[in-house]
Amino acid sequence: MTEKVAQGRSNRPKLPVYLDYQATTPVDSRVLAAMVPYFTEKFGNPSSTSYSLGREAALAVEYARAQLAEIIGADPREIVFTSGATESNNLAIKGVANFAHETRRHIIAAMTEHKCVLESCRSLEEKGFRVSYLPVGRNGLIDLQRLDDEIGDDTLLVSIMAVNNEIGVIQPLTEIGALCRAKGVYFHSDAAQAIGRIPIDVDAMAVDLLSISGHKIYGPKGIGALYVRRRPRVRLEPLLSGGGQERGLRSGTLPAPLCVGIGVAAALASAEMADEAVRLRDLRDRLYSGLKERIPDLLVNGDERRRIAGNLNVAFPGIGADKLIENLPDLAVSTGSACTSTSVEPSYVLRAMGLDDALAGASLRFGLGRFTQAAEIDYATQAIADAVERLRLGTAEIPARERMKDR
Amino acid sequence: MSRHRLGHVNAVYLDYNATAPVRPEVCAAVAEALAALGNPSSVHRFGQKARRRVADARESVAALVGARPAEVVFTSGGTEANNLALRGCSRTRIIVSQIEHDSVLGAVPQATRIPVDENGIVRIDSLETTLAADPEPSLVSVMLANNETGVIQPVEEVAACAHAHGALVHCDAVQAAGKIPVDFTALGADFMSLSAHKLGGPQGVGALIVRDGVEIAARLRGGGQERSMRAGTENVPGIAGFGVASLAARQALEGYSRLTALRDRLESRIRTMAPSARFFGQGARRLANTACFTMPDVPSETQVIALDLAGIAVSAGSACSSGKVRPSHVLQAMGASDAEAGSGIRVSLGWLTDDVEIDRFLEAWSAIYAKAVTRGLSSPLPERMETR
Repeated sequence: MTEKVAQGRSNRPKLPVYLDYQATTPVDSRVLAAMVPYFTEKFGNPSSTSYSLGREAALAVEYARAQLAEIIGADPREIVFTSGATESNNLAIKGVANFAHETRRHIIAAMTEHKCVLESCRSLEEKGFRVSYLPVGRNGLIDLQRLDDEIGDDTLLVSIMAVNNEIGVIQPLTEIGALCRAKGVYFHSDAAQAIGRIPIDVDAMAVDLLSISGHKIYGPKGIGALYVRRRPRVRLEPLLSGGGQERGLRSGTLPAPLCVGIGVAAALASAEMADEAVRLRDLRDRLYSGLKERIPDLLVNGDERRRIAGNLNVAFPGIGADKLIENLPDLAVSTGSACTSTSVEPSYVLRAMGLDDALAGASLRFGLGRFTQAAEIDYATQAIADAVERLRLGTAEIPARERMKDR
Repeated sequence: MSRHRLGHVNAVYLDYNATAPVRPEVCAAVAEALAALGNPSSVHRFGQKARRRVADARESVAALVGARPAEVVFTSGGTEANNLALRGCSRTRIIVSQIEHDSVLGAVPQATRIPVDENGIVRIDSLETTLAADPEPSLVSVMLANNETGVIQPVEEVAACAHAHGALVHCDAVQAAGKIPVDFTALGADFMSLSAHKLGGPQGVGALIVRDGVEIAARLRGGGQERSMRAGTENVPGIAGFGVASLAARQALEGYSRLTALRDRLESRIRTMAPSARFFGQGARRLANTACFTMPDVPSETQVIALDLAGIAVSAGSACSSGKVRPSHVLQAMGASDAEAGSGIRVSLGWLTDDVEIDRFLEAWSAIYAKAVTRGLSSPLPERMETR
């Protein structure tokens, strides 16, 4: 069945082709190798510092903390390990709000933030906070003047993501940071999709809180971090209380192997970012031009220049994205955020950019990454264009679901 | 085999209640899942595979504690599970025992604390009085086995008493699961906390068992994972490892009592060497692997450091309060004086522990004690204590 679409190619890729690097990334083998000893012989609890096995784990955790700090220009003491970006975002937003709730009660977040940022905001609204959801332009970027206008005396926190998970656009962090600093409000940025894709410098960008995810940077799942500025100090109320780990900001046994993994992943991401971006940009452009050649009415969602190299989000006018995916059984792509992709609702990110339901529902996200090969891009280009043509001619094979069951 | 696998040829690890070495089959499962790709929320094949790994693990974890798979909510560990239950249960009054883990006491500092008897067992009569005094909607949280003494709590009775007063019941079973048979349904709890790394699974994963039909408000909100009770991309390798560890622990339960013999031998030798040593929880039903006792007049910290120099890993109590050595609230609640609580250590055995390691421990302990006695720091005979 797959031979039909791939015929004539000598370097046929291994199927299915994974083009969903914004949902999750494979663990780099170098990361895995660094982690394994901490599952086996170095299994100590990093809090058990009264004996060598525990101290060994604690040292590894501290080394990883320094690696993370290094790539964002922070002090290691400003890094708090969490279970992932969802926890980091919840901790940043609820933590700041719950600590300062008596002074200021207004929060600003972009409408295109990740679900966990929006949900954190919603939970604060339930507690009486006021939240302004900042609109974005057709290119997916926020308007700085609009942000400026929204910030008032009661504003406590601005949360704007660095890179959008669906459309890959890069928000103007330096400008946002400068504005927030000048106005005396905290600036939180969800950088889960940005680390290893674009340079991040917490001082140059005047970021006060920054969320990081392990599994988006070729590290393990179940680990993330929150950068919390020390000067001027950002005060947080913890979400998890207990043993007092992470200087009281996040209790719970630190998972040493996962900390080691995110540390190595961060170091690799930083070291390889520049070369990787060049390579991925070529591949992404190859995918886009290949598709555009055969599907001239293809539309790019999100700013074409101010986006990360590994993302392409496009609309296929007149074609339902779910239908298209069904007809691409050997491609792993998604219609949007993984968390919400099981639902059929059109992406709220695309809607916020002004796309109507039809176009939003005709859009696919392609995420390219460290292990994406040219042969995969060529296979994907042909498979997608063939499927689009079939669907437009009304000759698409229907039993895609049936076929999936076989595997 | 054990010490070679641990990589420290001369190390003796007797701190299983802090964390346990990961079982080889767990390691294999974690490594395999780490090498695989996919976000369980993705609809494509990579996502489906990841989802299946999570579902399989959910069944194994549920089976270990007699719960239904749909009642398992995966978390980042025991601390998160405890925080989720205690802060998400929507009950205005929280009642806990005095000997709960820091993650319970820290999550609800305002909680009413129920005392324990000299064996470290929660006083049901006191719980009854507290519940009867005030009809406020309550949650009662009592651990199944204490992390410092291993003493097993009468959770069934606690639950019966609490339910009679309309209260919900949370049980922190982090130390009990994998060490004694646990039956969530039979215990009558509404919530139960578990941690993978205490039973041979990886660090960074745990679970809260939530009885079907009982409401819990999520602490982490976002993508709606874990049926909206705990958002965040699932830690698939960790969860897979938790599943395999649960299976292995369940199979090993029958043989777990072998540790009783090792532990009892250790305790009786200590008693012979230091008749004035105090043993905590000996008069109660307790975990087979845990011993908690004092070295008379020698601070816990001194013992732990000296034992570390001899290549032996034990702890002065809970591992969480890193660095800070303060008298254990658990031992104090059992009526220990500051001096006694400050000279107690916890020795906890596990699946790799053997006779040789117990001997190594006894040898080192005896040397440290002899030195202390020579220096006049400690008195080997109880009579002399009274004369001071």
